[in-house]
Amino acid sequence: MASPLAKAADETPAADHAARIDHVSKSFAGPAGRQLVLDDITLDVAPGEFVTLLGASGCGKSTLLGLVAGLDEPTAGSISTGGRPALMFQEHALFPWLTAGKNIELALRLRGVPRPERRGEAERLLELVRLGGAYGKRVHELSGGMRQRVALARALAQDSRLLLMDEPFAALDAITRDVLHDELTRIWRETDVSILFVTHNVREAVRLAERVVLLSSRPGRVAHEWRVDIPQPRRIEDHDVAALSVEITEQLRGEIRRHGQH
Amino acid sequence: MASTDTTGTKAAAQDGQGGTAGRAGQAGLDVAGLEAGLDALETTGSARVPLRSTLVSKVLPPVTAVVLVLVVWEVLVLCHVAPAYKLPSPGDVWGEVTDAWMQGTLFGYIWTSVSRGLLGFLLALVIGTPLGLVVARVKPVRAAIGPILSGLQSLPSVAWVPPAVIWLGLNDQMMFAVILLGAVPSIANGLVSGVDQVPPLFLRAGRTLGATGLRGTWHILLPAALPGYLAGLKQGWAFSWRSLMAAEIIASSPDLGIGLGQLLENGRTNSSMSMVFLAIFLILIVGIAVDLLFFSPLERWVLRSRGLAARR
Repeated sequence: MASPLAKAADETPAADHAARIDHVSKSFAGPAGRQLVLDDITLDVAPGEFVTLLGASGCGKSTLLGLVAGLDEPTAGSISTGGRPALMFQEHALFPWLTAGKNIELALRLRGVPRPERRGEAERLLELVRLGGAYGKRVHELSGGMRQRVALARALAQDSRLLLMDEPFAALDAITRDVLHDELTRIWRETDVSILFVTHNVREAVRLAERVVLLSSRPGRVAHEWRVDIPQPRRIEDHDVAALSVEITEQLRGEIRRHGQH
Repeated sequence: MASTDTTGTKAAAQDGQGGTAGRAGQAGLDVAGLEAGLDALETTGSARVPLRSTLVSKVLPPVTAVVLVLVVWEVLVLCHVAPAYKLPSPGDVWGEVTDAWMQGTLFGYIWTSVSRGLLGFLLALVIGTPLGLVVARVKPVRAAIGPILSGLQSLPSVAWVPPAVIWLGLNDQMMFAVILLGAVPSIANGLVSGVDQVPPLFLRAGRTLGATGLRGTWHILLPAALPGYLAGLKQGWAFSWRSLMAAEIIASSPDLGIGLGQLLENGRTNSSMSMVFLAIFLILIVGIAVDLLFFSPLERWVLRSRGLAARR
């Protein structure tokens, strides 16, 4: 499929990774002195790869995503991405003073797309998330699932090779979330974008990703990785998805249990 | 994890679908239908309120209230609760209106004050907006003049009239100075609180989209702060108008022309209570009219377009 997103013929030559997280540590000044949140994380995301970061609360997965997004600096180590990554939050973070279409056009404008092309490109992106008629809709007129789809379209409008997603479907009801899993998988396959997706939902992680990375908590370290070879399109209730989820959940529980022992 | 062996994965996954393309296509259609259903279920249309019910729910109550006040007033006059030189009848005040109308001076009074008030307000807007932005975003500036700015709001601007007269004399500049001292703090403070209330998520989202520095201020910060800013403007207008009336009442001079404040003062010196009442009503009506015709619709439009106000 000839997607305009594929035209990411950047100034940078095609790298062998969409994101390289190299021995990254992060600590914050807390009430009890400096607190180590991320400890020596090393993780590559290949071009076009879909990776989910899984962990219990306190594993610093959102902190890590913020570092990759460039919203914060690591205490040690380095992160390289080809250009500024797009970021999607748990809250849609759409600007309520703009319509759905204008939200996307703002992203295009900030990326430097000339004015005459913006409208058409915004409408194409809305079509991609199957919201063709929503251009003139205000944010509050859209349902939760529609808002997240517009947010996805806005993130795609940045034309980044890397899309970071911070539990973007956590606040949605189960049926809507299912539908958005299907949509995200479809869009990921139609484009050449790489996705680093943070979640605490094991089934979601397995449903979506090619690779699941489990982080331990306090401090966050890479505890384990699984390659998911189940062919897409998967369903969250598929037997293979369930089986792998059981295995990963066991490991996750083990990680959590460790914290109760001291 | 080797990254080379993963580059072909997506293509491989797609190729692997070759045999089950039918199933994938079917699933795609199902998702589209399901999604359309969800969208339809969760979106509610908004109907326009018919004109008749707007009239009944919005226009009738205030008109009734005004009529009621007039009736009570007339009854008080008829009962002679106060001598006529203290309490003129509604008819006397109306006579004052028609006299001024016949002499062609009515709009002169109003326009003298309104033009001063609006010009002063626009000046306050031009000064107060950048001031508010700097106070909101630059920490040392905020620490230095933030409290003074809030304090100035509680200082009645009539207190500025005597020094303004001494510094600038009895002229329009003095009026504008009093208006500015009254309205600039309101406008600046409104913008400061508007900026403070901007959800940090918008700023984060803006930064990931590449809106930093001045572009961030223009595309994200200012539009996000607009509701608070508008509230500040509205209050700024009220302060402008009040300050101006204080200045006009205290500092009257033949050179200044007759505005509503002078009209009130003239009524007092001529012992014409109906003229005083006329001036008070005109001051009130202008204040209400500017709010009703300009600020309220603007505020309602902003809040409604963001889904912050229910249709009432």
